Order: sequence, then C-alpha cells, then structure tokens
Amino acid sequence: MKADSIISLDHGSGGLASQHLISGLILKHLTCPQLRDLEDCAVLGEYAGRIAFSTDSYVVDPLFFPGGDIGALAVHGTINDLAMRGARPLALSLALIIEEGFAYASLERIIASVGRCCEEAGVAVVTGDTKVVPRGKADGLFINTSGIGLASHRHDISGKKAQPGDAVIVSGTLADHGVTIMSRQAGIDIGGDIASDTQPLHRLVGALLEEDAGRIHVLRDPTRGGLATTLCEIAQSSQVEIVIEEERLPIRPAVNVACEMIGLDPLYLANEGKCLIICDRDGAEDVLQLARRMPEGRDAALIGWVSERHTGRVSLTTRIGGSRLLEPLTGQPLPRIC
Amino acid sequence: MKCADAFRSREITAPLVEEIARSLTRPVRIMEVCGTHTMSIFRHGVRSLLPPGLTLLSGPGCPVCVTPASHINAFLAAARLPQVTIATFGDLIRVPGSEGSLASARAQGARVEIVYSPIDALTLAQAEQERTVVFPAIGFETTAPTIAATILQAERLGIKNFRIIAAAKTMPQALEALMADPELQVDGLLCPGHVSAIIGADAYLPFAERYGLACAVAGFEPADILAGLLSLIRQINHGQPQVDNCYTRAVTAGGNRKAQALIAEVFQPADSEWRGLGVIGGSGLVLREKYQRFDAVQQLALKVQPAVDPKGCRCGEILKGRLLPPECPLYGTACTPLQPVGPCMVSNEGTCAAYYRYSGQKGRGGRGGERVDFH
Repeated sequence: MKADSIISLDHGSGGLASQHLISGLILKHLTCPQLRDLEDCAVLGEYAGRIAFSTDSYVVDPLFFPGGDIGALAVHGTINDLAMRGARPLALSLALIIEEGFAYASLERIIASVGRCCEEAGVAVVTGDTKVVPRGKADGLFINTSGIGLASHRHDISGKKAQPGDAVIVSGTLADHGVTIMSRQAGIDIGGDIASDTQPLHRLVGALLEEDAGRIHVLRDPTRGGLATTLCEIAQSSQVEIVIEEERLPIRPAVNVACEMIGLDPLYLANEGKCLIICDRDGAEDVLQLARRMPEGRDAALIGWVSERHTGRVSLTTRIGGSRLLEPLTGQPLPRIC
Repeated sequence: MKCADAFRSREITAPLVEEIARSLTRPVRIMEVCGTHTMSIFRHGVRSLLPPGLTLLSGPGCPVCVTPASHINAFLAAARLPQVTIATFGDLIRVPGSEGSLASARAQGARVEIVYSPIDALTLAQAEQERTVVFPAIGFETTAPTIAATILQAERLGIKNFRIIAAAKTMPQALEALMADPELQVDGLLCPGHVSAIIGADAYLPFAERYGLACAVAGFEPADILAGLLSLIRQINHGQPQVDNCYTRAVTAGGNRKAQALIAEVFQPADSEWRGLGVIGGSGLVLREKYQRFDAVQQLALKVQPAVDPKGCRCGEILKGRLLPPECPLYGTACTPLQPVGPCMVSNEGTCAAYYRYSGQKGRGGRGGERVDFH
C-alpha cells in the first residue's frame, strides 16, 4: 500500500481488500495470537472471580493532539473504566468505523498507537471489527473498544460508597486533556507544556488496592464533564455532601491561563488519565504517598472531604474563603464572548 | 496570570471583606453592570462573604442576554439561507429566538461554526469563497473595536463573501435609560472593567453628577470586586458620589482612543432594541454608509421584525435589577440551563444561569432571600 493511499469502501467489504487491510496494517501492529486467528470471537482462558465488562466509543476531533491520539484514548479509556471498579484488565476488543477517503497513513499511525499502548499496558486486543462508511457518513474515524477485567475479591468499589468523613483525592493535575482538545478545536496555540494526560490507571489502582485493602470506597475517572460533574454523580449516588477546597486543586498554570483565555472552567473539562479516590480519612496519607511514588500519580493531591450532611451536593470553598455549589455540566462547555 | 493570583489570595481579600462589613452602616443596593462581574462574583463565592445588608443586583451587561429575539431571529434566518455559514461566538448558539436557536438550526443542517474572534470569521470567509460567512456582531464596546478592525481588514483585502449582522450595543446609553427609571432603587454602580478600558472611567461622571450615584470601575478578580464595593460603600457613607477608578492597571480616564476611533470609523450610533429594556435611543452600533456592503441584513434581504419575548419570561425585569431570578415564574421549572427559555439562563454570564449554577436555589422563591442561600 502506498503512503498516500486512502481507505475505500472496498476495505470494508469483507472481501480481498478487507483482508489486505487487516493483514497488512492491523495485524502488523496488533500481534495477539488470538486476533491473528481471525475467528469470529476470541475465547479467553478460565478466570476465577467476578468479571468486569465495559465499553466506550471514541469520536474525538482532532484525531491527533499533543500527548496522544484517538488510538491511545481508545485503549486507555476502556482500561480505566475497568480499573475504576477495581478490576484488572484482561482483554480488549477494537471496532473501527472509517470514513471513505481516510488516509491510510493516518490509520496506520493510529493502529500503531493502539498497539504501543496495549503493549505498555500489558493488555491485548483479542478481537476486532472494521467497517468503512461512505464519505460524509462519519468524521474520519470512530473507534469503539470494549474490555473485560477481573474484579478484586477483596474490594467493593462503587460510586455509591462514599461515606461521611472520607477524604477526596485526585491522582494528578486537572483539565489537561480538555484544554488540549478545546484549544486545538479553537485553533489557538497556547504553547507551554499543555498536552493530553491520556494514560492507563490500572497499575496505580492495582497498587493502591494491593496495599490498602478495604480503605478505598470510590474510584472514578473524571472524563467528560470533568471533576465537577463526576463529584456531583458521586455525591448523588452516595447521598453525601462533598466539600472541595479550591486552593488544593492541582491545575497546571498553563492550563489555568488557557482556561481564562478561552473562557472555560477547568473543573468541567475532561481528563483521560486521572482518577478520583475517595477513601477512609485515616488511609488518605498512605494513598497519597503510594500514588506519588508512581509516575501516573506523582501530582496526586488531597482536594477535600465528604461532609456529615446528606444533601447529594458538592460545594467548593473558594480561594478567598467564599463558598459556592458545583453543578453538573449542562450541555457542551461553551466559550464565552468576553 | 501570576499577577492575577495575588488578586485571588485570601491575604489580600480578607481585610477587604472585614472592612466592607465594618463600613456598612445601612442597607445598600449596588448594581454590578457587567456580566463578567456577575460571573466572577458567583465563581469566587463573593456573595457568601458579604454582610446581609449589602445587596448586589445584576445589570444589563451580558451581551448575549440583552440581544433581543428579533436579532436572534435574523441570525436564524441567515443560517437557513443556502450557501451561508454563520460564524458566531460560542455562547450565542443556544440562545432561543422565536423558533429555535442557532444550535437547533445546526442540528437541522445549517452551517454554524463557533469562532473566538470576528477575525476568525473573516479567515473562514477567505477559506470558503463559495459561501457567504455571516458574523452575528453582538457585544459592547469591548468587542466592537475588533469587529470594526475586521471590517476594515475585509475592506483592505477586498473580501466579498463576509457580512455581519450589526447588533452591538453601547453601555452608557443603556445605563442612562435604566437610571432614569424612578422605580430602580440603586445606590451605586460597580462599573465594568473591559468596557471602561475602551470608553474610559470619565464616561460615568454624568451618573455621579446627575443621579448622585456612587460609581466604581473595577476589574474582575475577587480583590478588584471587593475593592470596588468598598469604594462604593465609603462614597455612599460620606454622601459624596463620584467615579472611583479602582482598575487603574487597565482603565484610564479617557479610555482607549485608538479603539474609540476604530468604532467611530466603521459604526454610527442608532436606536437599538435591548431584550427586556425595549428600544434605547442611540444605544446601538450600525455600519456607516461606506461599509454597507458588509451588512448582511441589507445584502441578504433579511428582515429584523419585532418579536415577542417568550411568555412568562421575566428576563427584562431581571436585567433591570427589579427581580431576582427565583422570582420569575419560569425559573427552575420551564427555564433551566438545559432548556433555557430566556437569554439570562443561556449565557454563563446570565444572571439566571449564574444563580442556578452557583446558588443552589433551583426553584421559585420569594424576595425574602436577596442574599443567596448557599447551604
């Protein structure tokens, strides 16, 4: 296949062109033996325990951005969804919906990224699907990944388990992914060290659960809707009040500047490699110490507490000592006029 | 942004908060004119720190909010024309007109692009020469200079497929109309920072002199706002209303002459309709004769017809500071940020959206709580 060639409807026909695409491009970068067999489904080994199962679709625009691409997001996003229930990821599926005319070279770059991220995470794509739709019926490339994992026997991690007195910890800086994507969409080059934070969190979660049995009540990755929306969901599900302190929130200065420029609130922007950890107050220091020893948790910070009130709300103590409520995101985040 | 950090630190703001509480000797009503002030006050929880006797009313300074349904309808009519792309500020796209919004027009197939500056709209016009790019030119003196500069640039480059719907407004005329209203009980004005950077602090002298209103020009950081409020309370206590420029790092007495000249070159004043306030003489900016070819209303034969505001919507009275959002019959029921009826609920800067988002009051309530209940 030539470097400047494009994907045609033939590549999704199931015929010879499809086979060439799969063997020449996809299997070149995704090397799991089960995938190579090209059976209708993958049959996994025997696992004792509770199986976690998750799915997510990726439609990010642009497909490539500082810090990652749609392929990396598709791998990390599903791994992280599994990890947030305390599950160890076992295998992924990968389904591609490609728009006719999509550059072969771009697809190869994305699949190579999927392969690299899987290898780094130690999780394989074991089954997959490729469809091509006529030009104009999709936006370049959409990806769906599903994943299964093995849930921990010893933990029952859930958004319903936050308890009064618990500590609220975030594993790193906020809004990096959201600001990166929105500034690209706006065509604003903010410069500085802004890049997506896309990364897998299963090792961090694994280490925390290993060391800290029973003391973590909630894990959540604040993706779309950002920290504020995720906290609101937890406060609602657990029927508790969560109080966050603004001056404790880890936000890179460049991200803050970008948010001020575009008129966006970093608390409502997506993260793709961060998790919220709600745990026993007494265990908070251990969680922080352990997280900070790992690269994906080096900026972990205690950001607030679960209060005694059962309001289902989230409030923010501002840097000047004022107080306001945090609401879930409404619609899309829109930049302001001035 | 390091500079801004100092204006958000408790070491700076706490003494101001204490001094405000100490200085307030009687109930005082202040109107914060600008939408960015409204938002900053909520975002930083400023209200929760103020003494009960100090009431903040939100003024007509949210550009999206004061854009009347008649103008939104014109934007929608342009969006529905073949070969037209609307390039708009983001927070305008959810504002409802009589039938739908730019967002719903987009969902039905219209081309609506979000831009961050009118210059971006011009760039889009250059890139898509087979289409006409229409920029809904809303805003105050803050955005008018960049719109004017864009028109001049389009003229220089000979770009033929770029048009605007001139809907920008000027603040002093609207304040004048508000202050002439005998029902409006306001002791002082927290004057906008950005607008004042263009028009200058002296623009408010008539309000101090003619209406005896305390005026303070303030920036948007919490310390700026608190310093402005303290200045207003002191002026009111001493019975010496004046214009105190508390934002000297951005605002001068005479303003930005270059920006003023840009506005004057491209635009001329005209009567303009404000949502809720009606037509205010000389408060709008329309294109001068020599730039008429950029006027989408004329060139695309759009009609700007009077439109009725949604039934029950009290945005007008809220914009005048006569009502608080929870006193509107639609607030929190028919009108929420997800399904906004009135413009004050759409924009982040809108008073109703800010109340809904930050105050915790989700349903209707009487006037009893002028101070917002935070817990």
